[in-house]
Amino acid sequence: MESLYITHVCKIQSQQIILNDKVVFEDVESADLNSFLKNGYKNQAYDYAKFFKMDHLSKLTFLAAEPILQDQDDKNIALVFMNRAASLDTDVKHQQSIQNKEAYYPSPAVFVYTLPNICLGELSIKHKLQTENCFFVSENFDSKLMYNYAEYLIRHKNVDKVLCGWIDVLENEYRAVVYLVEKQGEIEHSRNELEQIFI
Amino acid sequence: MSKRVAITGMGIVSAIGNSVAENFDSLKNGKIGIGKISLFETRHQNEILVGEVKMSNVELENSLHLPHSHNYTRTALLGAFAVKQALQQANITDCNDKKTAFISSTSVGGMDFTEKYFYEYFENTEIERFITSHDAGHASHEIAELIGLEGLVTTISTACSSAANAIMLGARLIKSGRAERVIVGGTDALSKFTINGFKTLMILSDTYNTPFDDNRKGLNLGEAAAYLVLEAEEVALAAGKNILAYVAGYGNANDAFHQTASSENGDGAYLAMEKALKVAQILPEAVDYINAHGTATPNNDLSEGRALIRAFGDKVPAFSSTKAFTGHTLAAAAAIEAVYSVLAIQNQCIYPNLNFKTPMQEFHLIPETKFVSAPIKTVLSNSFGFGGNCSTIIFTK
Amino acid sequence: MENLKTELKEKIIDVLNLEDIAVADIQDTDALFGDGLGLDSIDALELIVLLDKDYGIKLTDPKEGKVIFQSINTMAEYITTHRTK
Repeated sequence: MESLYITHVCKIQSQQIILNDKVVFEDVESADLNSFLKNGYKNQAYDYAKFFKMDHLSKLTFLAAEPILQDQDDKNIALVFMNRAASLDTDVKHQQSIQNKEAYYPSPAVFVYTLPNICLGELSIKHKLQTENCFFVSENFDSKLMYNYAEYLIRHKNVDKVLCGWIDVLENEYRAVVYLVEKQGEIEHSRNELEQIFI
Repeated sequence: MSKRVAITGMGIVSAIGNSVAENFDSLKNGKIGIGKISLFETRHQNEILVGEVKMSNVELENSLHLPHSHNYTRTALLGAFAVKQALQQANITDCNDKKTAFISSTSVGGMDFTEKYFYEYFENTEIERFITSHDAGHASHEIAELIGLEGLVTTISTACSSAANAIMLGARLIKSGRAERVIVGGTDALSKFTINGFKTLMILSDTYNTPFDDNRKGLNLGEAAAYLVLEAEEVALAAGKNILAYVAGYGNANDAFHQTASSENGDGAYLAMEKALKVAQILPEAVDYINAHGTATPNNDLSEGRALIRAFGDKVPAFSSTKAFTGHTLAAAAAIEAVYSVLAIQNQCIYPNLNFKTPMQEFHLIPETKFVSAPIKTVLSNSFGFGGNCSTIIFTK
Repeated sequence: MENLKTELKEKIIDVLNLEDIAVADIQDTDALFGDGLGLDSIDALELIVLLDKDYGIKLTDPKEGKVIFQSINTMAEYITTHRTK
């Protein structure tokens, strides 16, 4: 059975965006996550105004996935993501907006993001991916589940590539690790390799 | 080579019953579970109707024999209650006597209690224990512990299609030999968080929901939990289990249109149904009944209707939405509707799409409006979630 | 009404997160939805919340929004007639 390969890895952590081990953006100055995300977007000169309507989870997903997806012509890319906090960062904002009895003005734009899989919807909308999506909630990155799921989709489900990711955000704590699994490449798709990527 | 995925047990608790038998009885006799909210106070009390489970948290705790120090929120209570029923029907006393996994789903998680207790956490040590119940995955692990399951436990959170995706993953684990048995399903309790959120999206109806009706105004939210025990066919047969039905096909696709609205032509829905038919290796003509997602929002029913016509041409099978009975139970929806699909096969019947009066103008689709007996071998169940996540499951006799 | 129109433009930019747009970029007669500013259904709902929060106008049917939110002009006219704040 031929191997599958991990071909692109994009990480966002400690105010850096790192694509394939190279730091493509660094912003030590930004005061908070919001500024960092905005600066990251501007730095890459993306032309996608909808970015500014997204919540932090979706913005982080966008910035981690876009460097990989923008060069992909193939639309047959499934999306399998996972995190620990689900949509809690935005849930808190929604909760705050319904808490005040006197000034009760919940925002539909905030509520829309109170589900973790919306970030996948955003990628699908931008890149017109009508493929399979799944979002798992797990205490830590479950390399066994992610490895099996990606292998299964490509080997048995006629999917060409799978974009996998761990995107977790809660207030100013965040970490994103997104990688592409496909049939050709150099680094073997294996649980060992996945664990190395996540160190 | 491909193993068949058998269903050997089911458990359910919803607005129309606290067991499989009670739910079926309600469906047969047109007994709905929708009414004014009574579980908690909300400013929207007089503006919405909901499908509440007719059991209090205390009643659920007692039936589960939980110690007073437990930290199950209502979501977990409903889930545990349904899982136990499923295990009982499947005759499982030891969860680990076969390689078994548990895949649950939720959208609310422990939010129902967090919103109740949040401001008291600093003063009231009695309720401190619920702080850790908030996470979406917590209930799943709690239930796994309750039933003594040591295998894989995971939680899927993809909005209203979650439980369908859980069923799909469970079936795949069995087909690929990674598990012999998987307990799959979902649970969601009503919460102010959800009610307020849906209200601001202006898709809640102030009256009884009317799926596929031209004058539909929106959905009624509901709460529920349901789980199925899936087993590799040879494992079930070897143990002499009664097989209720099979999971024959499944498909998931993204609509790629909008975060919360469905595309006009139902692209995601259509693709999900096509995929499911392909996996099941059956032609559209073979489907006897469709349990639609049918939330009664202007958007879903139009989109889903168009998708049905694209997938089935002018031979759309008998279809109905059971959400007029139970309300839209979010992450549990696909699970309770899976139970209803299996019951339709076991009892050879089609459920009524209640409250239907006027056909939609955009096309000629009339749902089944009475409870009827019919030869049912294949049922297709749709569940479409926010984020464009569209899933379809096909069940066969 | 000119003050109200400028106020509306500022609020729309803020509430709808229109990052790269300035007040001067929005003409009073520009279509807000569709090809104009390209707002979508969720933006329409946010504008409904805005009408309630800042001007005390409660809309119960989201479809009414289609007519009211056609342009800054139609919004300003509607608010002037119906505001309670």
